[in-house]
Amino acid sequence: MGAALSRREFIALTAAGFAGFFGLWALVAASGLVQELFLPTPAAVARKFVELTQQPFVGYTLQQHLASSFGRFGMGFALAVAIGVPLGLAMGWFRWLDGVVSPLFDALRFVAPIAWVPFAALWFGTGIGGPVLVIFAGAFPPCVINAYRGAKYVDRRLVEAAQTLGASNWLILSEVLLPASVPSIVAGVRVSAGLGWQSLIGAELIVASSGIGYLIVKGQSNISTAIVMSGMIAIGIVGFAIDAALRRLEARIHRRRGRG
Amino acid sequence: MRDGPTGGFRLAVGAATLAALAALWYLATTATHWIPGAYFPTPAEVGQAARQITFQGYADGKLWQHFLHSSWLVLLGFAAAVSIGGPLGMLMGWSRRAEALVNPTFLLVRPIPPLAWIPLAIVWLGLGDAAKVLVIWFAAFVPAVINSYAGVRSIEPHLIEAARTLGVKRWMFAREVLVPGALPLVFTGLRLSLQACWTTLVAGELIGAIVGLGHVLYQAGLDLFPAMILVGMVSVAVAGGLMTAALGWLEARAMPWRAS
Repeated sequence: MGAALSRREFIALTAAGFAGFFGLWALVAASGLVQELFLPTPAAVARKFVELTQQPFVGYTLQQHLASSFGRFGMGFALAVAIGVPLGLAMGWFRWLDGVVSPLFDALRFVAPIAWVPFAALWFGTGIGGPVLVIFAGAFPPCVINAYRGAKYVDRRLVEAAQTLGASNWLILSEVLLPASVPSIVAGVRVSAGLGWQSLIGAELIVASSGIGYLIVKGQSNISTAIVMSGMIAIGIVGFAIDAALRRLEARIHRRRGRG
Repeated sequence: MRDGPTGGFRLAVGAATLAALAALWYLATTATHWIPGAYFPTPAEVGQAARQITFQGYADGKLWQHFLHSSWLVLLGFAAAVSIGGPLGMLMGWSRRAEALVNPTFLLVRPIPPLAWIPLAIVWLGLGDAAKVLVIWFAAFVPAVINSYAGVRSIEPHLIEAARTLGVKRWMFAREVLVPGALPLVFTGLRLSLQACWTTLVAGELIGAIVGLGHVLYQAGLDLFPAMILVGMVSVAVAGGLMTAALGWLEARAMPWRAS
C-alpha cells in the first residue's frame, strides 16, 4: 500500500480533484465543442437551480416537487418498514412461516422494483398509490431479510431463558428477538431507504404528474440539460441527507448499546 | 431459537405454498371472478400471452429477441464499467495520491442514483441503445470502483511485503498479488451492481425503446394487457436470475483456488 499522505498533500490533492472536475466540465462547456444546450456550464446549472426554487416549472417549484416526492417516499418506505420488519422477525421465529413465505419471497425478489410500474399504474393509478407501490417493492426486501437474519442470530441462551420463564411467542418476539436484532434491522432499513429512494425516482420518471423525477423527465422533453442536471443535484442531495440521517441513527444506537 | 428447517421439510412447504397460491390464483380470477380481469389476468390468459410473445411476437419482437437485446445491452454496459472501473478502483486502493485526486468526483457523483441519469442520457444520446448502455455503465461503474478499491485494501499486508522482499516487478505484482487479492470483493460488487444494471435497463426501456423486455412491459401497460405485463415481469425476473447465475459460474472459474 502506498504510504499515508501528509495532511497538506491530501488537502492539495483533494482540492485539485474538485477543481479538476468542475474545471474540465466548465472547459468543455465553454470551448464550444459541445453545444450549450447539451452541456451548460456549472455556473449556468447553478443559476437554473436557483431559478427553479423561485419560479414554478411544470406547475411547481423545485421545493414543491421535492415535497411531493418526499411524501410518496415516506409512505412507501414507512409501509415497507411497518410490514417488512415484523414479517422478517416472525419468519425468524416461526418455522412454518419461514417455509411458506421464503419461496415466494425469493421468487419475487428477482423482479426488479421498476418492473412493478405497469401493474402499479393499473392498480393504483399514477397519483400517489402507483409510485408508493414501486417504492414499497424496492424498500421491502432489505427490511425482511435483515429482520429475519437478526432474529435468526439472536443468542440462543436469551431465547431459551425466555422460554424457561414461560414467555409466550408474542413476548419472545417483542421482548427478546426485536431488541436483540435492532442493529441488523437498522442496517437493513438504511439499505431499504436507499433502494426506496431510487425506486421512487424510477417510478416518477415513468408514472407521475409531479415530483422530482417528473421534473427531470419534463426537463428532458424540453431538451433543457440545465433543468435535468438541477433535478439530479436535488435528488443527490436528498438521497445523501436521508442516508446521513439514518447513519446517525445507526451510530446512536450502537453507542447506546455499547454503554448499556 | 427453534431448529432450522431441514431441506426436505423446506422443499415440501415451499412446493405446497406455491401450489396453494396457484390454486388461489385460479379460484380468485377464473372460478369466482373475485379479482376482475382488468386488474389481474387468469392463468389461461397468461398462457396465451406467453404463447403469443414466444411465437408471434409482441411489441415488435419475439420473446427471445427482446431477451437477447436486453441482455446484450446489460452485458455491454457492465463490461465497459468493469473494465474501466476495476482498474481505476485498484489504482485508488493502491495509491493514496490517486485516491485523494479521484475521490472528490466520486463524492459528487455517487449520491445520484443511476436511474436519475436516464433523462440526461436521453438528452445526450437519444432514445437508442447508446443511452441505455451509458446508463448501465453508470449503474455498474461506481460499485465496480468501490469494491475493487476495498478489495485491494483488504489484501493482507504481509503478502505485499513478501512480494516486495522477493523483488517482484510491477506488472507481475499487479497480476499475481493485487488482482487475485482483490477478486473476492470485486465479485461481491459485481453481483450487487448486476442487479442495479437490470433495474436501470428496465427503467430505461420503460421510458423509451424499440425492443427489449422493458419495452414489452411498457407496451403491455399501454395496451392495458395484464397478462402480458405478468409475462414481462416474469421474463425480467428470469433474465436477471440467469445473469446472476452466469456471474456465479464466472466467479467460480475466475477464482479456482477458492473452490472447495
